[in-house]
Amino acid sequence: MANVSQALARTRAGNQARATVMLGRFGVNLFFYALMSALAVAFLAPLLWMVTASLKPEHLVLSLPPDFLPRHFRWENYREVFEVIPLFLYNSVKLAFLTVTGVLLVTSLAAYAFARLDFWGRDFAFSVLLATLMVPGIVTLIPLYIIYKNIGWIDTHYPLWVPKVLHSVFATFLLRQFFKQIPQELEDAARIDGASTFQIYWRIMLPQVKPALAAVGIFAFLDSWNDLFGPLIFLNSLELQTLPVALKLFQGEFFSQVNVLMAGATLSIIPILVVFFAAQKYFLQGITMTGIK
Amino acid sequence: MAVKAKALARPATRPRFSRRRVRQNLEGWLFIAPVVVGVLSFYFVPILISFYTSFTNADGLTKPDWVGLFNYQRLFTRDQFFRRSVLNTLFYVVGHIPLTIGLALALALLCNRPMRGVTWFRTAYFIPVVTNVVAVSLVWSFFFSPRGGIINWGLSLVGIGGPAWLTDTTWAMPAVIIVSVWFGVGYPMIILLAGLQGIPEIYYDAAKIDGASTWGRFRYVTLPLLTPAIFFLTITQFISSFQVFGIIYVLTGGGPARATSVYIYYLYQNAFQNSRLGYASAMAWVLFAAIALITLVQWKLQKRWVIYD
Repeated sequence: MANVSQALARTRAGNQARATVMLGRFGVNLFFYALMSALAVAFLAPLLWMVTASLKPEHLVLSLPPDFLPRHFRWENYREVFEVIPLFLYNSVKLAFLTVTGVLLVTSLAAYAFARLDFWGRDFAFSVLLATLMVPGIVTLIPLYIIYKNIGWIDTHYPLWVPKVLHSVFATFLLRQFFKQIPQELEDAARIDGASTFQIYWRIMLPQVKPALAAVGIFAFLDSWNDLFGPLIFLNSLELQTLPVALKLFQGEFFSQVNVLMAGATLSIIPILVVFFAAQKYFLQGITMTGIK
Repeated sequence: MAVKAKALARPATRPRFSRRRVRQNLEGWLFIAPVVVGVLSFYFVPILISFYTSFTNADGLTKPDWVGLFNYQRLFTRDQFFRRSVLNTLFYVVGHIPLTIGLALALALLCNRPMRGVTWFRTAYFIPVVTNVVAVSLVWSFFFSPRGGIINWGLSLVGIGGPAWLTDTTWAMPAVIIVSVWFGVGYPMIILLAGLQGIPEIYYDAAKIDGASTWGRFRYVTLPLLTPAIFFLTITQFISSFQVFGIIYVLTGGGPARATSVYIYYLYQNAFQNSRLGYASAMAWVLFAAIALITLVQWKLQKRWVIYD
């Protein structure tokens, strides 16, 4: 009898202890949720403000306290901004397309050769390629400007995508790591079946590294879309300008109203967010692949 | 092992220059040909031109004259704006790097907790990285506006009269640093998170058995095992923050009164606003030397604090 009540008391104490632990864990979790939500708000606030400002009439944009939920949506801001930006948008899309397709093709060819073909000077060429990462891009910027001036590339789109396609060390390095992981048997089998090297690359190898291609594709897209130095330095004509740079350059001219400016800014970020969310997984994998060796 | 087997499989008597071998070499170089052309024309040729240009008075219009070490001499002895830009850059670096890595570590630790919906938070902290520097800097410029700006409104709620930020010589650089940390913290966070997830659970179990507290486990297990990732980040952050440009171009334009005129901004002004291409080239090489030196020193110092298990 005593034993039973003791046992009961023990269970009750146990339950109570478990309850405190659970309550404690609940409390801890609640604390962390609150903390992390507050941080998330801080990180997202500028973007949220941008979107809501783009939907307000101008006199309410800078009103305080800030209201992140506008009562009246002023869609005319977007109609107004679309009177100016289609050209800039077209330039940005065109450059991003050329850069991404070019980078994917050129770097995957090279990366495949570096990873899986056996040829004279391969390792030397690869180490020279990696060594070029040591010198910061700023060193080559001025001579490139001089070169472009001499070959008539200033105020054209070529300087904004050709070098990105042909000198993309980072992408080549990343893809090479992935090509190296593919089992040799796959390649041997194809070779026995009489496939040429190019066929093996195109039909067998490329489909194996799709996630890496996705990562490289996003990096190339961001690199092109968010480029500031290139358009700023190599372009003069208004009609060649890219969307993000145009926002700053013509801030007082075409985008003199804050709400219209923010509509333009929103439109310059939406494509990036779409691409990012579509392939976030590959993108993050790509970052960690290069960060941790 | 695989290499050995392959070597053994080859007949020992194969001639060195067989048709197959030539074909293999040709194919290989054909595959890498575009990249080789790219490296030569967009890297090696420009590097040579840049080095030569730094010893001339090139202005992009008239034929450049050789001026020897004049550009370099002038940088170090007579150009007070250059000195100012170096100091501004150091101010930025000293503010940006510890804040970024510290906050990235805190966020990575938070995102490493086993909680529902944690990937949403991770995405929220990471998003600024992919956004466009021009668009978000424009937004921040409204945030920092002395009257009507969200930041000073927030400060006034707790009874602080905020400064004029972007037009105040003291507060412009801190404002730039705040934006740069917000903008750039996501990348190191992802690297550190990957580092955290790579730490074997067994180390924590062992530490628990030895009676280590939460702080003890962080201090003696987590932190040491993260040092390789932190080392990698310090090196890359140094290299990139010495070259900060975009945020400053949009937010302050180097002002007020050169208070945020950092190295690359001053170089940009010299090269593309004042057409002093030779002088700016010399600046670029000095920057390269400085970055190389700092990276080398960090590399040498890593033995003292980086732990490879």
